[in-house]
Amino acid sequence: MPMADLYIRTDISELPDARGYFGEFGGRFVPETIMPALDELEGAYAEAIADPEFHHELRHLQRTYTGRPTPITHAQRLSEALGGAQVYLKREDLAHTGAHKINNALGQGLLAKRMGKPRIIAETGAGQHGVGTATAMALLGLECHVYMGSVDIRRQQPNVFRMKLLGAEVIPVESGSRTLKDAINEAMRDWVTNVETTFYLLGSALGPHPYPMMVRDFQSVIGLEAREQIQDMTGQLPDVCVACVGGGSNAIGLFHAFRDDSSTELIGVEAGGRGIESKEHAARFADLDISRPGILHGTRSFVMQDEDGQIMETHSVSAGLDYPSVGPEHAHLRQLERAYYTLATDDEALEAFQALSKLEGIIPALESAHAVAEAIKRAPTMPRDSVLLVNLSGRGDKDLDTVIGILDDL
Amino acid sequence: MTKTRDLHGIAALEAMFARAKAQDRGAFLPYFPIGYPTYDASLAAVKAMAALGADGFEIGIPFSDPIADGPTIQAATQIALENGVTVRKCLKTVGQLRNEGVAQPMLMMGYANPLVAYGTDRFVRDARAAGADGLIVPDLPPEEAAMFADSCAREDMALVFMLAPTSDDQRIDLVTRHATGFIYVVSLTGITGARRELPAYLNAFIARLRARTDKPLVLGFGISTAEHAREVSQLTDGFIVGSAMVRAGGEGLEAVRELTGAMVAAIGN
Repeated sequence: MPMADLYIRTDISELPDARGYFGEFGGRFVPETIMPALDELEGAYAEAIADPEFHHELRHLQRTYTGRPTPITHAQRLSEALGGAQVYLKREDLAHTGAHKINNALGQGLLAKRMGKPRIIAETGAGQHGVGTATAMALLGLECHVYMGSVDIRRQQPNVFRMKLLGAEVIPVESGSRTLKDAINEAMRDWVTNVETTFYLLGSALGPHPYPMMVRDFQSVIGLEAREQIQDMTGQLPDVCVACVGGGSNAIGLFHAFRDDSSTELIGVEAGGRGIESKEHAARFADLDISRPGILHGTRSFVMQDEDGQIMETHSVSAGLDYPSVGPEHAHLRQLERAYYTLATDDEALEAFQALSKLEGIIPALESAHAVAEAIKRAPTMPRDSVLLVNLSGRGDKDLDTVIGILDDL
Repeated sequence: MTKTRDLHGIAALEAMFARAKAQDRGAFLPYFPIGYPTYDASLAAVKAMAALGADGFEIGIPFSDPIADGPTIQAATQIALENGVTVRKCLKTVGQLRNEGVAQPMLMMGYANPLVAYGTDRFVRDARAAGADGLIVPDLPPEEAAMFADSCAREDMALVFMLAPTSDDQRIDLVTRHATGFIYVVSLTGITGARRELPAYLNAFIARLRARTDKPLVLGFGISTAEHAREVSQLTDGFIVGSAMVRAGGEGLEAVRELTGAMVAAIGN
């Protein structure tokens, strides 16, 4: 497929099934009040992606506004230092707003506009989806309200300011752990209340059907571009693709294009926080003592929970990975053993954060630094002519306050 | 009302609706979460409501992430969790309430995840054994309810689904087909919480539902005063009072008695 036609990959979307399931994960576990809205959204999305005009509009914005295609950078000094696989970076940090989140925000924003919904709500953890949404809404002229946990507001001040500057209202969430999970709770409560006028612009590949599918499709541009670019640059498909996994939208956006390439290993990296033993992490697939299939935020997936099924508080140095569940398609890919999931601790991510800064002049988002950390572990075990592709999902400027607090002896 | 129960499950609910209907009123079904403001106080609240003439109960099982609930019930169920209330404890409590003479129908009301964690078949079986008559799961539409449907049918437990003002005819028919016991009619688009006024479209909304189903309709969300109770008692087969009762529970047993008494008097039970 020529680059000019890359925008949404919908041709191999045999999953989810009609009920929104990826194998045994997914579905629609929501109050009745919003069931009709999900039906409406599913219908509107199906109509939009069947309409060439919608693709044209999205592609136009991707090129002239987001700056797509984002490049791939060969991380030569890092590769040299690691002494194994050649590490390549898919530069979503160079997309407008500094993260991949804009891909989905523009896609859903255009859809909201088509549906005639004047009021947009969103949740945000690290603030990148909030910024992406606020940006897209400023562009499209739609009213924007962003729910954000007060803990996250504290650790992501620059993004809070950005959202306000872009004309969005940032609504602090004081319930529960006051992080991403609670921001989603509040956004869903808002949607239940204002469903007739409101479009819920969910930021990750989670939530009730059709969100996991729709968000994946809008992010699939990452993998579609990367698959072509890496072949142009290296003459081969990557041996390994690595991406961090919070809800999992950047990872699924990368993985989707490589799903049928059986020679390419797909690796998702969860937040190991202070280590599995500490129980202070967000490694939903790694710690099966406290994580098992359950239902949160409208979907069935792996959920960190206590024996009684109460959702557990998670920890990660990166706000964007600090979430107790994970997109249902990742649970499915893991079960199929099509993708593998590992983790990087806070410390490993911080080391990777510094390494990429010093060796490549690229300050990664702390979320993306988890993927870089896996590359640092994995590349030395691979032959020098092999190709390891990392999705650098966002830039790290937003994290400087957090990192300054931790690395004061730099 | 401390008598032994001769009817269980769906039959107990049918008898409750028949009795209310014979008195030309709707059934009064307060919601109360186990463990709020303390475990003992929640037990005392349910017993007081039972003695004053509530027709049945929704026994709330706390969940850490209640997406359909407003601030009042969120805060109350959070306190219940801090008080150590679990699914198991809620089931035990229903048994205890039965032993202490509460004879009215009781429905367990809780979000899906804690019930799934407990085991859906096991939950329904244990709930029935404890003396519960039905189940309401606010984040479980009929499309996802297979995990409860068989066991509820086997145990003769009502499995209640909701309809909202946003539900179209197709969804009304779907919910009607699957719901047993009654249909929980959400009065407004929104989360739980006391409201000053009931929505103006209520009559038309109920009429729209009546045109498509004969199942009992029980109205919830926003019903907080005796005046509301009087109004909806003539409109539907029953009504649920949640946040207002929880707020009273937070004030103390006397406030629970007062609100219950006012509601019961307003509907002429």
